[in-house]
Amino acid sequence: MKNNNGKDTFIYWVMRIITYSIVIIIAYILIDIIIKGLPAINIEFLTESPRKSGAEGGIFPVILGTLYLVTLTILIALPLGMFSAIYLTEYAKQNKITKILRLAIVTLAGVPSIVFGLFGLGLFVIFLGFGASILSGSITLALMILPTIIVSSEEALKAVPQYMREGSLALGATKWQTIQKNVLPSAMPGMLTGAILGVGRAAGETAPILLTAAAFFLPSLPSSVFDQVMALPYHLFILSTQVPEPQKIMHMQYGTALVLITLVLGLNLIAIIIRIRIRKKYNW
Amino acid sequence: MENERLKIKIDNLNFYYGDTQALFNIKLEIPEKKVTAFIGPSGCGKSTFIRTFNRMNDIIPGTRIEGIITIDGEDIYHNSLDVVNLRKKVGMIFQKSNPFPKSIFENIAYGPKIHGLKDKNKLTTIVEDCLRKAALWDEVKDRLEQNALGLSGGQQQRLCIARALAIEPEIILMDEPASALDPKSTSKIEDLISELRENYTIVIVTHNMQQAARVSDYTAFFYEGVLIETDETSQIFTKPKLKQTEDYITGKFG
Repeated sequence: MKNNNGKDTFIYWVMRIITYSIVIIIAYILIDIIIKGLPAINIEFLTESPRKSGAEGGIFPVILGTLYLVTLTILIALPLGMFSAIYLTEYAKQNKITKILRLAIVTLAGVPSIVFGLFGLGLFVIFLGFGASILSGSITLALMILPTIIVSSEEALKAVPQYMREGSLALGATKWQTIQKNVLPSAMPGMLTGAILGVGRAAGETAPILLTAAAFFLPSLPSSVFDQVMALPYHLFILSTQVPEPQKIMHMQYGTALVLITLVLGLNLIAIIIRIRIRKKYNW
Repeated sequence: MENERLKIKIDNLNFYYGDTQALFNIKLEIPEKKVTAFIGPSGCGKSTFIRTFNRMNDIIPGTRIEGIITIDGEDIYHNSLDVVNLRKKVGMIFQKSNPFPKSIFENIAYGPKIHGLKDKNKLTTIVEDCLRKAALWDEVKDRLEQNALGLSGGQQQRLCIARALAIEPEIILMDEPASALDPKSTSKIEDLISELRENYTIVIVTHNMQQAARVSDYTAFFYEGVLIETDETSQIFTKPKLKQTEDYITGKFG
């Protein structure tokens, strides 16, 4: 017995240390970026254009570019993801074909992002002639995060109890009325959370936009969805590798990283707040 | 059944969940503006049976039905029948009260709204009227805008009854409406049933034999998917024809 207890305690501590280590690593990365990046953050950095390949000046068009990409991405991905999820959970017969569809969606989630980039380059940039642009980049990013949105939307729809649907149908509502007025409002917090988490990921991705949207440097701000943009992750890549003596502009790199991380964490925070607020309202 | 108009007629009904047969060759006539109770042990098919009257089983994949059910002489499983219209005519109260996560007002207005009523004054009238009929008005009149999920279990169930009344049904199906409620709330629901019988045809599934005896005019006893015996409630509970029925109502099994 004593021996067994010792084993138990040992495993408990191993698991505990592993779990805490993960937190320590994340905390280290965050603190490192904050300490080294914070000195670079000032009005000039946030409101001016980069000069000398980003070695001087600010990152305003870069931030704006990422916001454009993220906004258009969610506008494309959210409706597509929601309707796919509604189809899969509410309408599709649970048979082999639906299983294959689900498998395809999960597989899509595992495709490396550079492959999405190449696909976007081939289809949107070249074949459809959108060029390297906000539009091409956003559609590519939307496709990349679609599985995340579909899966989380499906979970949210499945969490709406069946008796809610029956209550509505029994009053003579059609299936679509039931979904629209009853199921969707209840599932909305979960769906939005998934979408925002997906978009947080899209904001940080470099590979897909590298081939479809991002520019090394642009003298002016984009004026339509067919323009190229600068974007935070790609800019960070440039600052770290494509300028002469990158070690001399460490503060610019860390400043950019800090802005990017703030943006992504900010999006996640918004997702959490929305979830809490709507969940309070639609509590069953 | 003299002086009574036939409302629902069930003829040779068989029902299947996939390969499993749940109802066997059921024949039954349900009179208008009376309360008919279905009793029987768990799993005897009484809930499945009541759900065939508003085609609620349609939404369960893999189910199949044979036989004929007519309401006012109309075959409700005929191809040309609109399920939406059927469900407007046949309201349903479920075992677990299922108010929508909306305000009390919106819960009642839900049915009329989806059927196209937009006039705010008319909706307000309907909401008050239905809440009064469901004996809930006095308890909630000051908080119609509050979320219905804040109501107690018994109030929620009466809200569901009010919600069903709002679509002006002719038949009300109740699938164990009081099984999750305390005795006081249960007696309120039973009082309500006694009042509603004046204007509606009511079919109620219940586990509780005293309840069937108290509220119903007719009782049908089911066992393992078969309709064993049906008669006036007073007959069933005093002089059942079959030994099996007697054993069940006297508590020898079930």
